Amino acid sequence: MIHVSLTHYLVVSAFLFSFGLYGVVTRKNAVMVLMGIELILNSANINFVAFSKFGNYGLNGQIMALFVIILAAAEAAIALAIVLNIYKTFAHVDVDKINNLKE
Amino acid sequence: MSLNVILFFVLALIAAVSSVMMITRRQAVISALFLVINFFALAGIYLLLQAQFIAVVQVIVYAGAIMVLFLFVIMLINTETEEKFLERAKSFKIFAIAIALLVFAEMAYAILHAHPSALLPKISENVSNGTIQSVGKALYTDYVVPFEAAGFLLLSATIGALILAKKKFD
Repeated sequence: MIHVSLTHYLVVSAFLFSFGLYGVVTRKNAVMVLMGIELILNSANINFVAFSKFGNYGLNGQIMALFVIILAAAEAAIALAIVLNIYKTFAHVDVDKINNLKE
Repeated sequence: MSLNVILFFVLALIAAVSSVMMITRRQAVISALFLVINFFALAGIYLLLQAQFIAVVQVIVYAGAIMVLFLFVIMLINTETEEKFLERAKSFKIFAIAIALLVFAEMAYAILHAHPSALLPKISENVSNGTIQSVGKALYTDYVVPFEAAGFLLLSATIGALILAKKKFD
């Protein structure tokens, strides 16, 4: 009889984290880099919620996951505004070629 | 095999496959849609973890609001230039794979050798569910200061995004 333990959730989270990291490192499109960051934030969220259930910590972990989601929303809004500005300035969003703050 | 176990493995598989597809697709729009699938699978995983409110918020905020924002920006940015994004150099890719594998191996080693389930206290029977009542009560009592701070953060982020994205005054 298999049952799902904390370890299963942690392994899923670790997998998502390393793939998000791979995406952040390899992709050149700034929007794709941001999507990799979202994946990493989500993997951390799984950890929070899983520890909240299996660790007998009440709702603390879930509240933290909620705050992570709030932060992700704020971060996405700001970062995408910056990406739009980059596109306006450089006419591309290739993170390799963006190496100065003005012009 | 109970239903919970089957559901967990199906959802974990969907999450893993969609994340792989999201990272490997060239078209940003397709990647974004795979990320939406990934978020839905994660919402299912939160439901299995008795975090109903987090699951709903995941669907509404992440799969809804944030991904709509991403899709808007992807579509505003010229997609013709997307085709010009060539692959990075081979050595760079190998380096990236090495980094990702190293991080994964490190975390897997830590997870499997720490036996986290054994370290944690036994789950009591009256585990509080993440229903909207209990989460709301916790948010407005124990976490009222961080909650207000988060509201303020969202307000300032909105204003900041507006100022960043609007046309310059002349």
